[in-house]
Amino acid sequence: MSALAGAALAASSLDLLQYSPPGWGANLLRGLMNSIIIAFGAFGLGSLIGVAGAFGKLYGGPVTRDLLAIYTTVVRAVPELVLILILYYAVTDSVNRLLIGFGFDRIQISGLAAGIAVLGVVQGAYATEVLRGAILSVPAGQIEAARAMGMPPALLARRITLPLMLSAALPGLANLWLIATKDTALLAVVGFGELTQETRQAAGTTKAYFTFFMAAGALYLVLSIGSGWIFARLERWARRGQRGVRG
Amino acid sequence: MNRAFWQPHRLVMAAVALALVAWCALTLRWDWLPDYLGLAPLGLWRTIWILLASVTLGMALAIPLGLAQAAGPWWLAWPARAFCTVIRGTPLLLQLWLLYYGLGSLFPQIPWIRHSELWPILRQAWPYALLALTLSFAGYEGEVMRGAFRGVAHGQLEAARAMGMPRLTLLRRIWLPQAVQRALPTLGGETVLQLKATPLVATITVVDIYAVASRVRQDTFITYEPLLLLAVVYMAITGLIVLLFRALERRIPSRAA
Repeated sequence: MSALAGAALAASSLDLLQYSPPGWGANLLRGLMNSIIIAFGAFGLGSLIGVAGAFGKLYGGPVTRDLLAIYTTVVRAVPELVLILILYYAVTDSVNRLLIGFGFDRIQISGLAAGIAVLGVVQGAYATEVLRGAILSVPAGQIEAARAMGMPPALLARRITLPLMLSAALPGLANLWLIATKDTALLAVVGFGELTQETRQAAGTTKAYFTFFMAAGALYLVLSIGSGWIFARLERWARRGQRGVRG
Repeated sequence: MNRAFWQPHRLVMAAVALALVAWCALTLRWDWLPDYLGLAPLGLWRTIWILLASVTLGMALAIPLGLAQAAGPWWLAWPARAFCTVIRGTPLLLQLWLLYYGLGSLFPQIPWIRHSELWPILRQAWPYALLALTLSFAGYEGEVMRGAFRGVAHGQLEAARAMGMPRLTLLRRIWLPQAVQRALPTLGGETVLQLKATPLVATITVVDIYAVASRVRQDTFITYEPLLLLAVVYMAITGLIVLLFRALERRIPSRAA
């Protein structure tokens, strides 16, 4: 009897996914949009930190190198959830202290900005290692030749090192992007309205847990498979002109 | 300590670090610590227990998953690949909540489950936590083991077959040991990642070390101190895992090139 009721519930629960208000589709899509924005921001910020960190680790002084080693080791050893909490409170606290110090009112930092900043710092540690390895794969002769031509370091990085390392860095960066999309789910624990949080809200209200979690899973899956396809194309583009392993 | 490590700037940095630790110990609030001396080891034990169990069970699942993808017929390889893609393509938090809230709301509706011997266990949260973490580890490691199985040199397998070794013996003596040896550095990193995934179980009311720290924050309204201590605890466990895997890797003889 109850199994029958369950089956009936499952059949009718597909209606819950409709876009307009009786359904929760709009909420899920809004959550997905938030997730994608945060993942984009965090990935971009992380890549910037990663480029700076990789150059610092390879060409920096001994103190820079040791500090960066501490940064990457700590971030990779502590769970993201704990880092998110620490950084979230630390960032909002210090911003507000600065503001009060300069005579302004305290502000509420938006979950979006905090999420991007925190996940960006986490991504930066992984990106540093990925990009360091990729820069090391650039043939030393290319960089030496550019130096011998008197190319300034910034121009050298822009014209020689970064384009040449791209093909080696892309697989690692693709992995990081996938991690970024999935790590946005952690912001649900701090109560930010991204996809997983919206899903839980919808599921909790309607009691159709399977329907909503499966639907959200499908959205995440489409996102990761789609971006996997894009990254594969990007890598083929970055490897153009390189000789294949199979000859 | 060797002299190469203790360069002058490192001495200064170590001094700064010590000063920071001393400042933390003296000026931050630690008076709540004695109240939680009973609960904290319990939480720590639960974190470690769930990590060990999920890594062991997940690995046991990952080996057939990897084997099916590397050498199985299509009707085994396809489901295995689909499983790995789904697990790796969705967040662990979502999988955890799907199992806990989904199965947790489904089971009570089925009478024979509610009247079975297992019901007292299924009513708790930890079986769902363990199941979710195990499946997740199996999904990621299945992919790692696929590469590792593929990477074993063909000559080794052909030689074993030429000697008339039965297929199971070949797997046990030649294929599996060499694949695990190849995968060992990756598995060490993945175990650390698994440790970093364990605090998620606190969101479904399993009291691990992270949940203990959250409870301290709720009880005392102290923000930073429990979190900092928690970070130190996780770093210590990570250090242990890294040391363990380094010892494991050293036990396996390898020819220096």
